[in-house]
Amino acid sequence: MAAFSSERRSRRRTRTSDRLRNALLWAIVIVWFLPALWIILTSVRLRTEIDTHPPIWIPRTLTLDSYKILFGMPTPEGAFGLGGSIPVAQYARNSIVVALVSTAIAIVVGTLAGYAFSRFNFRGKQSLFLLFMLGRAIPGIALSLPLFVLFARVKLSDTLPGLILVYVALTIPFTAWLMDGFFRAIPEELDDAARIDGCSHWGAFWRVALPLALPGAAASAIFAFLTCWNEFALASTITRTPKSRTFPPALFEFTGQFVSDWRGMTAMAVLMLIPAVVFVAVIQRQLMEGLTTGATKG
Amino acid sequence: MTPTAMTQKSVATESGHSSSRSEKRLLWVLLLPAVLFMLFVIGIPMVYSFYLSFTDFSLSSTTHKFIGLQNYIQLLTQDPLFWASFGRTVLFMTLAVNIEFLLGLGIAQLMAKVIRGQGLLRTLMMMPMMFAPILVGFQFKWFFNAQIGLVNNALFTITGEPHIIAWLVDRPLGFIAILIAEIWMGTPFMVIILEAGILSLPTEPFEAAEVDGASGWSKFKMLTLPMLMPFIYTAMAIRSLDLARAYDVVQIMTGGGPANRTELIWTYVNRLAFGQHQFALATAMSYITVLLSFVFTWYLFRNLVKSRWAGGKD
Repeated sequence: MAAFSSERRSRRRTRTSDRLRNALLWAIVIVWFLPALWIILTSVRLRTEIDTHPPIWIPRTLTLDSYKILFGMPTPEGAFGLGGSIPVAQYARNSIVVALVSTAIAIVVGTLAGYAFSRFNFRGKQSLFLLFMLGRAIPGIALSLPLFVLFARVKLSDTLPGLILVYVALTIPFTAWLMDGFFRAIPEELDDAARIDGCSHWGAFWRVALPLALPGAAASAIFAFLTCWNEFALASTITRTPKSRTFPPALFEFTGQFVSDWRGMTAMAVLMLIPAVVFVAVIQRQLMEGLTTGATKG
Repeated sequence: MTPTAMTQKSVATESGHSSSRSEKRLLWVLLLPAVLFMLFVIGIPMVYSFYLSFTDFSLSSTTHKFIGLQNYIQLLTQDPLFWASFGRTVLFMTLAVNIEFLLGLGIAQLMAKVIRGQGLLRTLMMMPMMFAPILVGFQFKWFFNAQIGLVNNALFTITGEPHIIAWLVDRPLGFIAILIAEIWMGTPFMVIILEAGILSLPTEPFEAAEVDGASGWSKFKMLTLPMLMPFIYTAMAIRSLDLARAYDVVQIMTGGGPANRTELIWTYVNRLAFGQHQFALATAMSYITVLLSFVFTWYLFRNLVKSRWAGGKD
């Protein structure tokens, strides 16, 4: 009887501590989320409620005016701010094309390389792999100096293919690194079995290893997509005009010399965030599974 | 790097049906695209900028001549700003990566134990990963604005008195502000990697420790932490490399100023190349830094690759 009640007491204690732990976690996550929330909230405010003294914390009315201004639609406020003069549709198109095409190419190329690193032994393998990783260690700004000069010479400045080329090279190392880990998590015996059954080595890769590594490829795709979608240093040196400009350098257009159109900027920021958030929300479970199965394991 | 002598690990022993030549061809097909991309976009430009660093090249003049080691000598011996910004970058990186790690480990521990709402919590926590670094820069520049910023507004609402703290201007505050922005952005990555690590730990040792009556802290110290080491290593290595390249956030928030108070190495490179028309000097400076971070990367990833490739697939 005594044992029973003490067990119950300890269970109750566990439940209280669980609840405390949950509350603590939610508190941290909410604090972490606040800056993001503030951006979203600002984009749907009336402009009269921004930059006021004393500050208005909770918006009294919500409006989509900032988005309408961005797309050149009429609003009760008129075309306030700098948003109206910015070719947002063009930037969206450039950003989407560059990020999707770069990610697709990087995943294909990186997966092939990752398979080679995980299944073959060849001379200089470790050095080659480390060279790839060194490629990742070069900051965009350091790479942008020579590319700024060289791309002008080969007519790749201010073009989407130029930017795509750079982003593919930028994302290959990490993709290859992750895919190497995912392929290692797949028993090599499966490849071997397929080859004994008469598959070529390519066939074993294509029909056996690749399908099993697809969740890993999805995780790699997130990282590659986010890198390309958000990159700034190279985009700002390679894309000189709206013709090829992507979202990140376009954020500058909301800052004037004397005034900045913060609300217009938050509206474009939210537009930038939508694809990334959708992508991550859909794929976060697979991402966690992918990471747990071994890509990051040393 | 030519893959000349290569063998296919396990099949080679039992294979009559795979000729070594077709294996070699497959290896080329697999590796060549990646090698070509890296060569053309990173290899050749970096060789070119290495060459430029020995010249007096600048964007405003059409000709340039070879001046030997002059740029390097000037930076290493006559430029206190170079060493100051270099030291500041190292300090920035050390502080940020350690704070991010401690926060990340704590949050990951909590996150791994949650049963309900995990997907939502994780998505909310991952929000900063989706923010472009340049956006983080603008956002925190705005938050820390002395007149209209969120932080001073919050202080006003809480205390009832106006505070006009020049967050981005005053000496230690500017550094702290860029540190906060970077930590906000970087911690979620630590959380994700470490949570993945915690979730992948085997349960048996913990059950055994439970039976033995081990406390939560000793379980954490004796079991979680040692088994988590590979993940900790990966997460800290990747974040250190990211932080060594820190540019976007700081460039937007302070541009390295005022009076170089928050100058990091890459904001200084940018200022030299595009602001002060010292393009060649900037390439020399970026080369010094890139070489140092190569040593760092080489060390980190050699250990990482060794442990992954030696340990096999278990």
